Amino acid sequence: MSLLFLITIFILSCFIGYFVVQGVTPALHSPLMSVSNAISGIVIIGALTMAAMADKFSLEELLSLFAVFFASLNIFGGFVVSKRMLELFKKKDEK
Amino acid sequence: MISFEGLYLIYLISAICFIMAIRGLATPQTARLGNNVGMFGMGLSVLVTLLVLPTHNDLGILSAVFLAALIGIVWANKVKMTELPQMIALLNGVGGLSSVLVALAQILHENTYSLDASVGVVIGAIAFSGSIVAFLKLKGNLKHARFYLSNAFNIVLLLGLCFVWGMFGVYDHVRDAYLLMILAIALGIGLTLPIGGADMPIVISVLNALSGFAASAIGFALVNVALIIAGALVGASGTILAIVMTKAMNRNIIQVFLKALEKGDNVDKQEKTARRGSPEDAAFLMENANKVIIVPGFGMAAAGAQYALQNMAKILEEKYHVEVKFAIHPVAGRMPGHMNVLLAEAKVDYGKVFAMEEINPDFETADVAYVVGANDITNPTAQSDQSSPLYGMPILEVSKAKTVFFVKRSLDAGYSGAENPLFFADNTLMLYGDAKKITEEIVKKLV
Repeated sequence: MSLLFLITIFILSCFIGYFVVQGVTPALHSPLMSVSNAISGIVIIGALTMAAMADKFSLEELLSLFAVFFASLNIFGGFVVSKRMLELFKKKDEK
Repeated sequence: MISFEGLYLIYLISAICFIMAIRGLATPQTARLGNNVGMFGMGLSVLVTLLVLPTHNDLGILSAVFLAALIGIVWANKVKMTELPQMIALLNGVGGLSSVLVALAQILHENTYSLDASVGVVIGAIAFSGSIVAFLKLKGNLKHARFYLSNAFNIVLLLGLCFVWGMFGVYDHVRDAYLLMILAIALGIGLTLPIGGADMPIVISVLNALSGFAASAIGFALVNVALIIAGALVGASGTILAIVMTKAMNRNIIQVFLKALEKGDNVDKQEKTARRGSPEDAAFLMENANKVIIVPGFGMAAAGAQYALQNMAKILEEKYHVEVKFAIHPVAGRMPGHMNVLLAEAKVDYGKVFAMEEINPDFETADVAYVVGANDITNPTAQSDQSSPLYGMPILEVSKAKTVFFVKRSLDAGYSGAENPLFFADNTLMLYGDAKKITEEIVKKLV
């Protein structure tokens, strides 16, 4: 894929992000941060790709495995703490 | 086996899930569904990637994921809601760190310079070290660490970083990648070290954005649209939050990072007396009021007073039929939306919690404004006094209420250094002490 194509995707995604986040109610700005923490854990895909390409027992492999660990920490920590916060915003009759 | 095109289709679905996850946060009712959709999207793309890629270290990968899952889930369940800003700061840092590691692995693997991966290293490393500093500051470990030389220091670091980056690009020595990382880590520390507590919501938002853009850079390096899209979403989210926070403080990003707030010089030394109230006064005025507006600030979080406040609000409503509302300034607390989460934790109905623009017209008809551990966000000099360091910042207009109670430890100026003339106003009564204890005493009088 050409660089131009990737840049197109990047810029359009920034616009989508901009408009979607504009719609988030200020009361939920904290969960917004933790959800976006979790989403940035998508780096795990990159880490898995590198782990697959790296030679066995190489430094690259070690770095990739650590990256898998930290990205997973973001994913689990981010989504679970968001869930916990959002449970607090339940109306009484929803319980 | 899924084809490469199939994999991209899966990534597209995940990206849409992430967009929907953020979209869900538009209302509290849709937010939980959104969060689940986000989890689904993440799980889908990770699982499919694991299935498609031929790895030779499944055990290593699975143990890394399981260990992280264990730590992450326990951490997320154990963390106190008052300590959320610390957790978010650390998660920003962890996100930056994983981008740095992937980018380094990519550079080592290709054994050559790559612009995209270098961007990933630099942005990720700044997000990483900056977040660690922010975390330590939020924990209170670095309270007095102020590094006055830091602007010159940062400029030197920045020049050094550009130089090394240039060398890396021209001579293509892979070892320069490490140097680049070290300089970026130092720069992250240098940029965040001088920043004070009240600017933390802005800093956390900026670091959040950086951790997202670092992921996007990795996406460019590895030609992976899932990373580019998700990273851009996170980057946009952090950027918008930073803009909202800076506007609410009437500051700009450059001011936040290059100079800490100057102490106001308008503190005139003439003797002024603030009137001291008692919990009995507060209880009496509130039970006879028609409308009470509670204004929480960082002091509420620090004292853990949210449960006592909800208790007070409930008694006022049920026993005395007083209308009680909560007013939240955008920068109250140490991260965006923190007050809302704490009130929700204490089971305050979110229908009674209002943002600044919604509630400001209400103060005129309020009998009592009960300000808990907040100061600068109510300071009227922000509207009237051009020499005030707060001038131009939008405030909660508590002075329009008939009586204002300030629950504070002392008459000290707020973080901005500006003295709050409201303390000395005729309709203000000061309640000195811990926010939680004072509120509990008022509750005792009300029962």
